[in-house]
Amino acid sequence: MPNVIIDPNSCKGCGLCVSVCPKKIIKMSEDKINKKGMHYAVMTDSQKCIGCTFCALMCPDCVITITKDDEESDGHV
Amino acid sequence: MVVFKKPHALTDVPMHYCPGCTHGIIHRLVAEAIDELGIEGRTVGVASVGCSVMSYDYFNCDMVEAAHGRAPAVATGLKRSMPENIIFTYQGDGDLAAIGTAETVHAASRGENITVIFVNNAIYGMTGGQMAPTSLPGQITQTTPYGRDVTKQGYPVKVCELLSGLDGPTYLERVSVDTPQAVKKAKKAITKAFRNQVEGKGFSLVEVLSTCPTNWGLTPVESLKWCRENMIPYYPLGVYRDKGAEK
Ligand SMILES: Cc1ncc(C[n+]2csc(CCOP(=O)(O)OP(=O)(O)O)c2C)c(N)n1
Ligand code: SF4
Ligand code: SF4
Ligand code: SF4
Repeated sequence: MPNVIIDPNSCKGCGLCVSVCPKKIIKMSEDKINKKGMHYAVMTDSQKCIGCTFCALMCPDCVITITKDDEESDGHV
Repeated sequence: MVVFKKPHALTDVPMHYCPGCTHGIIHRLVAEAIDELGIEGRTVGVASVGCSVMSYDYFNCDMVEAAHGRAPAVATGLKRSMPENIIFTYQGDGDLAAIGTAETVHAASRGENITVIFVNNAIYGMTGGQMAPTSLPGQITQTTPYGRDVTKQGYPVKVCELLSGLDGPTYLERVSVDTPQAVKKAKKAITKAFRNQVEGKGFSLVEVLSTCPTNWGLTPVESLKWCRENMIPYYPLGVYRDKGAEK
């Protein structure tokens, strides 16, 4: 499963990731601001993420890291 | 397994660019190309004057800061004295296509084995949004408040088309970063422009259509749309020269 990690404090709140997510599962924080004083991107429903990386491709500030669980390992170490 | 992370060739210094400015995307693509080719240790970048003046803090390789418009001349000197190193410039349109036109044209016509990353955002970003040679006909800027009037301010300079009239360049391509798909294509072009130099093929320039939300007076998302609807029709994307493919 894809895992989208958004670093709240390096986000500049530009909204480009929100605009390109095909699943519409990223939104801007409404009531909270980060250390830069900006509303920041938050993941709302990680279960729906398809791991397309569109959000990360459009982020100008490398705020988003994406990992995938190793399918072969099947969760076993 | 990590499928997407910040490339190693970018430092951890937070970039000063305005929110949503696509300079950041283009920096990342340059760094990804450097990572993929494994050339970070022998790459030297030449920063220009414009919003990207401080790119010397953002790239992990050695960097030199050139006077306004002179980056291709500085890059020529570096490459000729250190041919084993990989030399790139990162320049805006005010830098490359106004004050630096002579350096651009002559480095290209000499076919210097360097890589030029040309960020065209149709405006002078750093100085507050004056008209650039690349501003579109009718475009409102600080110095063209009624829109660029081609009878007075002339027509935009199309850099890829201009340089494609020369025999010197090896590779010229215009790309955009207005969608994730476009970003992937831009990455391929930038990587190719670096690979050409590694293989000793000669002058490579990638023109990237970019945004300036702050001086365009638009939101970052609106700016991508403005680029798509206004810049791409005037500045057609595509390969303008590819000597490798012609042979
Ligand atoms: C010799 C000289 N002339 C003029 C300037 C003022 N100046 C600074 S940046 C700039 C233009 C920047 O525009 P561009 O290259 O398009 O880069 P952007 O900021 O849009 O990324 C100018 C004219 C200068 N720094 N040095
Ligand atoms: S990886 Fe794709 S689906 Fe998942 S959050 Fe990013 S844009 Fe949306
Ligand atoms: S694209 Fe990056 S900086 Fe912009 S809102 Fe999304 S995470 Fe934040
Ligand atoms: S002024 Fe324009 S080009 Fe410069 S950082 Fe801001 S948005 Fe980007």
